[in-house]
Amino acid sequence: MAKKSRLHVPKTPTRPGDAPDFSYLKLSPAGKVARPDAGSPASEIRYLCEGLVRVLDDDHRAVGPWHPHLDAPELQVGLRHMLLTRVFDDRMQRIQRSGKISFYMRSYGEEAVSVAMAMALKPSDMLFPSYRNQGLYVVRGRPILDLMCQCLSNTRDMCKGRQLPVMYHWREGNIFSISGNLATQFPQAVGWAMAAAIKNQDDLAVSWIGEGSSAAADFHHALLFASVYKAPVILCVVNNQWAISTFQGHAGGERETFAARGPGYGIAGVRVDGNDFLAVHAVTQWAAERARTGRGPTLIEHVTYRASAHSTSDDPARYRPKDDYQEFPLGDPVERLKNHLISLGEWSDARHQALAAELEDQVAASWKEAVSYGTLTEAPRLDPGLMFEDVFAEMPEHLRRQEAEMRAEMAGE
Amino acid sequence: MAQMNMIQALNSAMDIKLGQDPSVVVLGEDVGYFGGVFRVTDGLQRKYGESRVMDSPIAEGGIIAAAIGMAVNGLRPVAEIQFADYIYPGYDQIVSELARIRYRSAGEFSAPVTVRTPCGGGIRGGQTHSQSPEALFVHVAGLKVVMPSNPYDAKGLLIAAIETDDPVIYFEPKRIYNGPFDGDAHKPAVPWSTHPKGEVPDGHFTVPIGKAEVTRAGNDLTIVTYGTMVHVCDAAAKGLGLDAEIIDVRTMVPLDVDTICASVARTGRCVIVHEATRFGGFGAELSATIQENCFWNLLAPILRVAGYDTPYPHAFEWEYFPGQVRISKALKAVMEAS
Repeated sequence: MAKKSRLHVPKTPTRPGDAPDFSYLKLSPAGKVARPDAGSPASEIRYLCEGLVRVLDDDHRAVGPWHPHLDAPELQVGLRHMLLTRVFDDRMQRIQRSGKISFYMRSYGEEAVSVAMAMALKPSDMLFPSYRNQGLYVVRGRPILDLMCQCLSNTRDMCKGRQLPVMYHWREGNIFSISGNLATQFPQAVGWAMAAAIKNQDDLAVSWIGEGSSAAADFHHALLFASVYKAPVILCVVNNQWAISTFQGHAGGERETFAARGPGYGIAGVRVDGNDFLAVHAVTQWAAERARTGRGPTLIEHVTYRASAHSTSDDPARYRPKDDYQEFPLGDPVERLKNHLISLGEWSDARHQALAAELEDQVAASWKEAVSYGTLTEAPRLDPGLMFEDVFAEMPEHLRRQEAEMRAEMAGE
Repeated sequence: MAQMNMIQALNSAMDIKLGQDPSVVVLGEDVGYFGGVFRVTDGLQRKYGESRVMDSPIAEGGIIAAAIGMAVNGLRPVAEIQFADYIYPGYDQIVSELARIRYRSAGEFSAPVTVRTPCGGGIRGGQTHSQSPEALFVHVAGLKVVMPSNPYDAKGLLIAAIETDDPVIYFEPKRIYNGPFDGDAHKPAVPWSTHPKGEVPDGHFTVPIGKAEVTRAGNDLTIVTYGTMVHVCDAAAKGLGLDAEIIDVRTMVPLDVDTICASVARTGRCVIVHEATRFGGFGAELSATIQENCFWNLLAPILRVAGYDTPYPHAFEWEYFPGQVRISKALKAVMEAS
């Protein structure tokens, strides 16, 4: 056959009507990937980009060199944070369906990525999240009530009515403002980390983007600047397999792992089971140690699955098998940590049910309070004049005039 | 003829061009298998294959740049940028490259790329799904800039855009994808089947780029507008019982100065309306052009009605949106002057 160039179109393994098939995923058995010294040069630890760091095995035991040896109370706190994130997400999804909020994005199936990482970091480390990292807020202690008020654009909305639901920020909690534009936060996190190095701070920056967003030029800006300046930053690609309808092969995942983009820039890359709370925690500690000891950045690829729709505006039944997630070989992060704790004798189904009920009540109570501060469509409402504030540090004359025009318009003058 | 909404009309335009011209390709995020987040490319990949209707990586700079390269090699790419709010990573490729390739190569190279992108608010999209950035493109020499206000024009202009040898930035006002919108969000949605411009020929036709349309003839004053605001202006003028002439600009570059100025010279009064922010907006260009051509005919100052000079605020969408109340106030002011 004559050799000719033909446009290659990445294959999507399964579509609606197909049986789920994850044979494309390269997996390593739990405990099999070696844990190098945190000071190892990126070029000597390329195997971390190919294997998959896993701690929890199929029998729910923690095994191998990456076992972080967290005590039972800490694991229970992790489970609680993940479950609260999930209960909150579920509630907001239902509320969006009822029309009280305009939009929502769940992190279902990806809870370990945010929760285990935030627990492995210091509170003073600066976080630059994407829109699917609500677990960071849960770990750092922002009340669910505040997140709900943001989603409602009500009188207690931290964004003063200006942002879509889930576009939170929290300066005191060291979590940067979420953008609706993709990947922009990635190089910003590097800049923050460069400033930390300039100022001799011990803190590091951490950022997350989806594997789909890693296609953006900002991803490459981040890696280049992080490498050039050896910035104390942890950059995470959350490979949840899907960018809305588009499979990760279209983001370049067909030929190489996303972690493998690190070594090309001289940055250590690590591929981790993103649904394994212990593995995510251990890899984060390792990367944080590298950053804090002057060894610079790490690129972590979290292999996980977007178990829910991209957003409430999306219907995944149109482009992927319906029960895909049930067959995902890395399971569910909440179930896996729960079963591990049970195997340790530190948890039970009864305790789990009681915790779930408690968190449901907590979320329900938060919701009841949140709507008392108004909703997008029901009083009390924020003053629309707020739209003119914070455009600049001080409001210029033309905005003062426009605000007066708006008030006259509202008053029917 | 068929009843079409704007989504179907745009789909039909691409379907026809993909069928007629093997050099036409479509690329963008989610446009292939899924058919686009607004369903505008629905069914096209199934019909024309994965090499002609391509799901692209999430990289607007890459989409535009690859489209330029394809065009230089003889294809006619139709690139979708999922929301106009996401176009900025491709801005350098559009401004420094796409717009100037013909000029800088003395005509040896050109890039007939059509960039389709949904714009405008009124869908509770917040600041990253509501912008109208047309002014950022009309200022760039070498780009044709288009925004239809109905299904008939949407199809005819898109076919014309694909066929033109120049790059076209094609804005789609997404609030009116499914039906005309008079600015009152509390009223039930109206489908395009209720509107004469929802009747669209099945086959090939073009609406010429560079021609405005008088959508309503009148003598009291001239309203110059485009996109969603054509319908809001129509309702506002009717509400006041004014015999207004409404001009749908349709093509911002090249601008149909003759149609606009002939009308204003006759009525002597003009209000310009757009949804985009006011300061440095396209309304300023319209106002200056009209003033230069019609100064001695004007009976009143030309007024502009626009979005406020803030990002598009999620919770205050309808306070922000230049609706009938704001437009009516300007219409009355222009009618009462002198």
